[in-house]
Amino acid sequence: MSEARVKDELGKGVVIEAIESMTGAESIAPDHMGRGSAPATFYVPSTAVCSPQQRMEFENLLYLQAIALDAKRWQDWMDMFTEDGMYWAPSRPEQTDWELEPSIFAEDRLLMEIRMGRLLHPNAWSQAAHWQTNHLVGNVLVESLTDSSAEVYSRFQMMELRRDDVRHLGGSYRHSLVKVKGEWKIKMQRVDLTNAQAAFDYVIQAWV
Amino acid sequence: MTLTNLGTLVEDDRVHRSVYTDPEIFDLEMAHIWEKIWVYCGHESQVPKVGDYYTLQIGRQPMVMVRDKEQRVNVLYNRCPHRGVQLCGNQSGNTGNGFVCSYHAWSFHLDGKVRAIPLMKGYDDTRWSKDNPDCNMKAAARVESYRGFVFASLAESGPSLAEFLGDARVAFDDICDRSPVGEVEAVPVCHRVMQRSNWKFFMENQLDALHASVTHQSTGVSARRVEQRVKDEKGSAPLFFHYLSAFATSFDQWDSVQTVNFPNGHGILKAYMGLRPTDPDTVAYEDLLRQAYGEQKTEEYLSRSIHHVLVYPYLSVQSPLQQLRCLRPIAPNKTLSEIWHFRLKGVPDAIYKRSLWYFNLVNSPSTMINADDLENWTKGQWGLESEKAGDWVSFHRDHGRDTVDQGVHYSNSGTSEVVMRNQFQAWKQYMTQAASPQAKPRDAKEAA
Repeated sequence: MSEARVKDELGKGVVIEAIESMTGAESIAPDHMGRGSAPATFYVPSTAVCSPQQRMEFENLLYLQAIALDAKRWQDWMDMFTEDGMYWAPSRPEQTDWELEPSIFAEDRLLMEIRMGRLLHPNAWSQAAHWQTNHLVGNVLVESLTDSSAEVYSRFQMMELRRDDVRHLGGSYRHSLVKVKGEWKIKMQRVDLTNAQAAFDYVIQAWV
Repeated sequence: MTLTNLGTLVEDDRVHRSVYTDPEIFDLEMAHIWEKIWVYCGHESQVPKVGDYYTLQIGRQPMVMVRDKEQRVNVLYNRCPHRGVQLCGNQSGNTGNGFVCSYHAWSFHLDGKVRAIPLMKGYDDTRWSKDNPDCNMKAAARVESYRGFVFASLAESGPSLAEFLGDARVAFDDICDRSPVGEVEAVPVCHRVMQRSNWKFFMENQLDALHASVTHQSTGVSARRVEQRVKDEKGSAPLFFHYLSAFATSFDQWDSVQTVNFPNGHGILKAYMGLRPTDPDTVAYEDLLRQAYGEQKTEEYLSRSIHHVLVYPYLSVQSPLQQLRCLRPIAPNKTLSEIWHFRLKGVPDAIYKRSLWYFNLVNSPSTMINADDLENWTKGQWGLESEKAGDWVSFHRDHGRDTVDQGVHYSNSGTSEVVMRNQFQAWKQYMTQAASPQAKPRDAKEAA
């Protein structure tokens, strides 16, 4: 019985061709922005003229720094900074002042020394669990360069293994370098974590 | 496990391990504690503009705190009454003049009242009409604010916010009174850290004076070594070194830091860091307070001996440095903590910097302190999940040796486990009250 009715029904239809009126949500609430607030600012680096040789020198510095972290050679890592060097991971990309805005990290050499001392202490309980990181650094751009200073931008991906759990942190590095006694040193390393305001499963024990 | 025999799991000096691990008990906690009592939602300054919202969980319920056109802060269920889709898709943002559902474009005013439904004629002659209150976003049964801190209760009746907080409201007084205008604003950065353990581990730990020099030995010792060197070289070291080095203190010293334990499980760990230095910045700041409040009130405000105030079962307030951690339990073995700090209004940057250092060093996701706490709690959770190693968790230390006066338990030694005993008395009361006959009519009314 229903077969004929269904066949008849399927023989009729409409075709929606052109959208001439406001769409559904617009007609109900034209002032609404479902996306919420404006998206966070994203730092877009600039590029400077730089010789391949010079560029390789900076890349080596970034790679050696990453290896120092993965190898847990904390003192080597710290020695890459100037005496007044700072390691700063802001909470939000738009932040500009580590002294007046909350950070994930804001560490000078003394605070780095405290963190290193903790990591090396025989009763750093959280260090008993197997823990290893793997850093990859790439997208290296030299933003500005003089004989004695340079700004180097890069992006990184860090895989962290703790017991049997893996997590990923990623983001950008901005190294402000100065030449000290013929050697490039880090005066300020800014780390913008893509995960900065995400929920952290456990904490970050060492520098990223 | 039924409500009636839950009480047997909590004895005066020990509790059964299942209160940390059992999923059924966790569900009962959500239903009979979190979804009834006053739960902290956030600070009014988190939603300064009309349409600003912040989402949060109350127990298992997804909620949204939003500012409406009359400048009221509402707490609504973040859920479209049509098909249940959540209306705010982010942790925070601005939803304009109202909410619009992404599924079928039902729209709502900022107080949750339905604004428009597409093709309304489709509901002609049905039970579903715009004047049916079920077409509105449901609101929390009760919302109250204390000095800008917003709380909501999902139960129609029960104690007022003031009754719930009791003496623990000093947490918010101690934060706000340190501003010459008596107000703070939330700094718009919320760190969130997930702990793989029951929420109780956090609450017990906050007032556990014995653990500090054991768990935090590595950080305390390392910080003390650097602090001492700076002192030797320069004559003094910045105060913030002490935030970390204070943990490297002897058992006897910790035993002298007393706790005060209130009804409802709230409590205070008294001060031990000496956060009232005499540098020029502090002197100038204290003068500001004296101008605002006079000598006597200023002394009262600045000499309160508080390190943490706990609002049981979910809030740890570090009031002298204006920070707060709020627990949102997710599962028996999973708890989210939301970490905030507040800026005193009308106070110079130097004083803000002092609390910012604490936020960065102790409460940030790179904390050198909680790194070891979280490890303890994870291992604690795993230990308590073992079924054959022993059923009871011990809280015998100094049992029977605390001073009780008008319902408040005062420790006579700082390491007394009166903290945990007091918390579990509140827990037992909440859970068994739900099962007692006199509580039934109220529950029935709430369900109706």
